[in-house]
Amino acid sequence: MNKTFVLSILLALAILTLLVAPFVGRYPVPLSDLWQSGEPGTINVLWKLRIPRVAMTFLAGTALAVSGMVFQAMFRNPLATPYTLGISSGASLGASIYIAYFSERWTALILGIPPQTICAFAGAVATILLVYLLTTRAPKGSTTATMLLAGVALSFFFSSLILFLQYMSDFTRSYRMLRWVMGGIESIVDFGNVWTVLPFVLAGCLLVAYLIHELNLMLMGEDFAVSRGVALESTKMLLYFAVSMMVGAVVAVCGPIGFVGLMAPHICRLLIGPDHRTLFPATMLLGGAFLVVCDTLGRTIIPDTELPVGIITALLGGPFFLWLLFSRKSGFHEF
Amino acid sequence: MTDAAEIVLEAKHFSLARGGKEILRDVSFQIRRGEYVTIVGPNGAGKTTLLKCFDRLLAGGEGELLIRGVPAERYSQRELARLIAYVPQADGRLIPFTVEQFLLMCRYPYLSPFASVSKEDRRIVREAMERTDTARFAERILTTLSGGERQKVYIAAALAQGASIWLLDEPTTFLDYGRQAEILALMAAANRQFEVTIVSVTHDLNHAVLETDRVVALAEGRVAFNGPPAEIMQPDILRQIYGTPLLLVDHPQAHIPMIVPRVNGGAR
Repeated sequence: MNKTFVLSILLALAILTLLVAPFVGRYPVPLSDLWQSGEPGTINVLWKLRIPRVAMTFLAGTALAVSGMVFQAMFRNPLATPYTLGISSGASLGASIYIAYFSERWTALILGIPPQTICAFAGAVATILLVYLLTTRAPKGSTTATMLLAGVALSFFFSSLILFLQYMSDFTRSYRMLRWVMGGIESIVDFGNVWTVLPFVLAGCLLVAYLIHELNLMLMGEDFAVSRGVALESTKMLLYFAVSMMVGAVVAVCGPIGFVGLMAPHICRLLIGPDHRTLFPATMLLGGAFLVVCDTLGRTIIPDTELPVGIITALLGGPFFLWLLFSRKSGFHEF
Repeated sequence: MTDAAEIVLEAKHFSLARGGKEILRDVSFQIRRGEYVTIVGPNGAGKTTLLKCFDRLLAGGEGELLIRGVPAERYSQRELARLIAYVPQADGRLIPFTVEQFLLMCRYPYLSPFASVSKEDRRIVREAMERTDTARFAERILTTLSGGERQKVYIAAALAQGASIWLLDEPTTFLDYGRQAEILALMAAANRQFEVTIVSVTHDLNHAVLETDRVVALAEGRVAFNGPPAEIMQPDILRQIYGTPLLLVDHPQAHIPMIVPRVNGGAR
């Protein structure tokens, strides 16, 4: 399929979801509310709830999908994503520790950001740092599969710590932790969070764009990349930095959201090929649009109930991906 | 080659240990511009390691590795890539890029971030494909190529990278006689026409003797032989290197000793 064509379709799809999603939901919102000329109630629903939420969701989808793409290329492994490497669990652990031990003593906002979000961000970034140290200090000859296993082990370890904290906490705190771990974008009100996360995602994506040639070369193997002139260590460090900024910010605000980071890059690879120069914009668009669709379904599919977006991503994305995977005549090259 | 040519690669008392095992021990030799040198030796003698050290795929080690008189570690990886092209051993894992995409990626050392490949890059890649007879599968996916086609693409990649020193790791292993001859012809042409300095690791001593300027033999990490190819073809030297007696006969055309397989249990 023509790459320009695929990119145009994805762009159209992204714009369409961004335009339609804010008007879908429990309360009908007339189009005129866009220029704030209608009823104050529905204007508020549109501008304080729906639009910020859709914007946040798109940002989150983009950041998670791009991070997945970067990790898959760096590890040369189709299963490598921030989620599978335990970074979401790290963020959850950060938030849980805050809820368990600091939620009464420390309530002051820092730079307008709630402390729980800061702790989750710290948890995510600390985990990425740990993964980075593990991968770069590992004995020579460690396979990427080893590193992936280490990440999965880390993830389970953190999850157990969270369960332990929950078990030891009182009912209210335990519920708050559980609710956080389930993830969700439903608490997004107004643009505050969007403005907080946007610079992180923008900076991360810029850095990835800056390293797009390096990503292609790394896909061919580390020896290949180095012999073509890639300064591997500094490239990896910058990529880890980009991912930690994006995922840290998104997970801290939205909670752990799985599957987008794993599937969006793969779906784009199947549609447009492994070349990151086109794969990257495709992944940004599809990741964002996909998560917006999932969230919109999550808040409309069952009346008066909001399903956490993580449930929908896998429910919708899983079968679609399987279909894509097995409908190909040429067979699936994960990269 | 005359002695006046610049020394482009030099190892000075270079040793390297990995995981407590000494792989290279006190290795010293020089390679001059435009030379065609083969590195031979038994499995595990450190041949691949030596190539990788020159291209800084492996770091560390004691002693010095000089590239055009400058210690290897003083180059940035990008500068190094403009001087040296490394052609790895055939690797099973490939990515579904097309041949042309793959070759364009080899222009990386000349590319700035955010920039896309230039007309000049495309021209160079085109030329590399024509010289290696790979232009006809420019649009094919790497994974669908045969071993011989793939190796030709790797040679094209070295050309596209624009480096004047090539380090090749067993470029003809796994190829049939016809494909071997094609690859060797491409290497010889690059050496003669573009003065590319070639350092090739091989197990094919016969070829080394017939085609190349010099042979360096490694055994247990040490330089066991360094000299004109014909001189290595002596039973006691070969036995020292490979630890097994080898049978030599005269080449009917070149009148140089060649290794032929021994018949076990006497002639039938």
